[in-house]
Amino acid sequence: MTTTIPVPKPAKPWRATPKAMAPTFAAALIVIVGTFLLIDYTGLSGKLGAFTAASILAILTLSGAAFLQRGVQAAKNAAVGTFVAVGAIIAMIPVVSILGTVLVRGIKGLYVGFFTNDMSLASVNDPLDKGGILHAIIGTLLLILFAMLISVPLGILTALYLTEIKGPGSRLIRFLVQAMSGVPSIVAGLFIYSAFISGTGRGFSGFMGSLALSILMLPTVARTAEEVLLLIPSDLREAGLALGATQWRTVAMVVVPAAKSGLITAVILGVARIAGETAPLLFTTGGGDTVNANPFDGVMGSIPFAIWKALIAGSEESNARAWASILVLLVIVLALFFTARRLGKRRV
Amino acid sequence: MTQPPTPVPQPREITTQPRKSDQVFRSIVFLGGLSSLVILLAIALFLGIRGFEIIAREGMKFITGYEWYSSINADGLSGDQPSVYGIGAMLVGTIITALIAVVIGVPISVATALFLNFYAPNLIKSFLVTVVDLMAAFPSILFGLWGLNVLMPSAEYWAKLLHKYLGFVPLFDVSAPVFTRSPFVAGVVLAIMIIPIVTSVAREVFSQTPLDRIQAAYALGATKWSMIRAVVLPFGSSGVVGGAMLGLGRAMGETVAVFTVLNIVFQANFQILLGAGGNVASLIILKFGEASAEEIKALMAAGLILFLLTLFVNMIADLIVNRSGRQGR
Repeated sequence: MTTTIPVPKPAKPWRATPKAMAPTFAAALIVIVGTFLLIDYTGLSGKLGAFTAASILAILTLSGAAFLQRGVQAAKNAAVGTFVAVGAIIAMIPVVSILGTVLVRGIKGLYVGFFTNDMSLASVNDPLDKGGILHAIIGTLLLILFAMLISVPLGILTALYLTEIKGPGSRLIRFLVQAMSGVPSIVAGLFIYSAFISGTGRGFSGFMGSLALSILMLPTVARTAEEVLLLIPSDLREAGLALGATQWRTVAMVVVPAAKSGLITAVILGVARIAGETAPLLFTTGGGDTVNANPFDGVMGSIPFAIWKALIAGSEESNARAWASILVLLVIVLALFFTARRLGKRRV
Repeated sequence: MTQPPTPVPQPREITTQPRKSDQVFRSIVFLGGLSSLVILLAIALFLGIRGFEIIAREGMKFITGYEWYSSINADGLSGDQPSVYGIGAMLVGTIITALIAVVIGVPISVATALFLNFYAPNLIKSFLVTVVDLMAAFPSILFGLWGLNVLMPSAEYWAKLLHKYLGFVPLFDVSAPVFTRSPFVAGVVLAIMIIPIVTSVAREVFSQTPLDRIQAAYALGATKWSMIRAVVLPFGSSGVVGGAMLGLGRAMGETVAVFTVLNIVFQANFQILLGAGGNVASLIILKFGEASAEEIKALMAAGLILFLLTLFVNMIADLIVNRSGRQGR
């Protein structure tokens, strides 16, 4: 005789039952209704007012529901959980708002000529179909190129000193690099002005701007490169040395190639850091309106400087121009940022 | 017959001295490594040399004085009064706007960091981390433009609300009903700008909380919040303080965004909602365009003060962050 063993049905006992979910739904309902009531009957208004009302109500009702079910500790827990989530949402609001505004307002000012004309025959207050930012795009590319030529070797050498040689003073240098990343951008510009332009008879030029930008780029490159080089397993270094290679050969043939994609990420992050810098350029490049491909002579325009000029002009056309230029700048920065992230994920 | 002695090769000399190529390599890398030291010293040196004349002439007045008047304009025409240079009002403004930024920005950042580390599901977490990092890459002129055009109306609304209900506090009082372009608005913009760096520092220290302590707290029956209060916050508190100071340093040195948003007035304004204020960095931009040779020297001196101030704040912050994670129960 065979007995059939009853097979238990698969169930998910950890799932909240409808009964347990009820207070949460009730809380959500209270939040929605209460938000409308608060907006109607108090001084709060607008989207931000609604958000504030909803956040406060959510904290109160969710912790109230938790209190009724499980007491004081649970109520505190729910209150903090909601508060923290609200904080994260608040941190997101500016990003969404900035991206949305730039897209909506910037797209109006774009037309084909915007990328092929410079401002030599137009002023910022002209209608939008005159002039463009060709000079600024070329200027920004040249500024970035020369800043890279200076700061990438120095940054990577600094990182190599910190990770490969670990010589005396590594701690001090690591500390100084960190402190340097907090140097205000305006101080970098002022320094280049005081050291190389003021009183020397040299005028503004693109190269001076690159020097200022490289001061800002160096710490970003050095810190990111150091992090990447630290990730290279020391087995690789020891294997290189065991094959009889000198330290120089090991670094050049083993360590750096292994860290290649990470080092490229470091460079891209550095470029993203300086692409939108405005303040140092105001003291060093002079901000020309015509295409100037010679970074060593004559004033040179750049996208941030073009935005700056349009911004302080203050007319409606110039404002639209500023938004359009900033859309272009933002697209460049975003492209760099996401390239860096994609490369950064492929570690070693 | 004797055989000729077999030639014995000289034993290789064993030395700890690196090869020539390595010596060259090491010295090149060492020189590159010194670049940050050299640049920082050069900044202090050049700004110091150019600004020395003004600082020596004005003495302590340069830091405490509220007046900024240049008798010689860019055309070389001389006015009737002697020049006076004092950045006191601007220093006060710098500190006020930076403190507002920290007061608003740090709680939001800490909440975000806690949410990211302990509450958010993985998918939301990676999305939020990307967004916060993205925010750090936004150019500062973008924050300025956005702050002026988009944030200003909302911030004005909040400022009026604050004034209405908390106006009896001297800090929130205003002597004239001008709520736009105030230090408060500048502080809000700066708060948004420092959120990424404070969040990433806080997230870093929170994520270093030892897992065994977290699990021990849960095993004792702690809720998530009591675990955070008993384990994570004591462990990460000094890191958060350091992160807040890094944010303070950034907020003090910010130029373009503040200049765009703030109405710059040469007086120490402690009414944060009133549309008048200043910031050393925006002073430099404001005056640079039409400055005489002497005024430029004064601006260099102001830049030197700003450099030393931010360097000091940043160094303290780095020391605190690097030391963090040693305490907690």
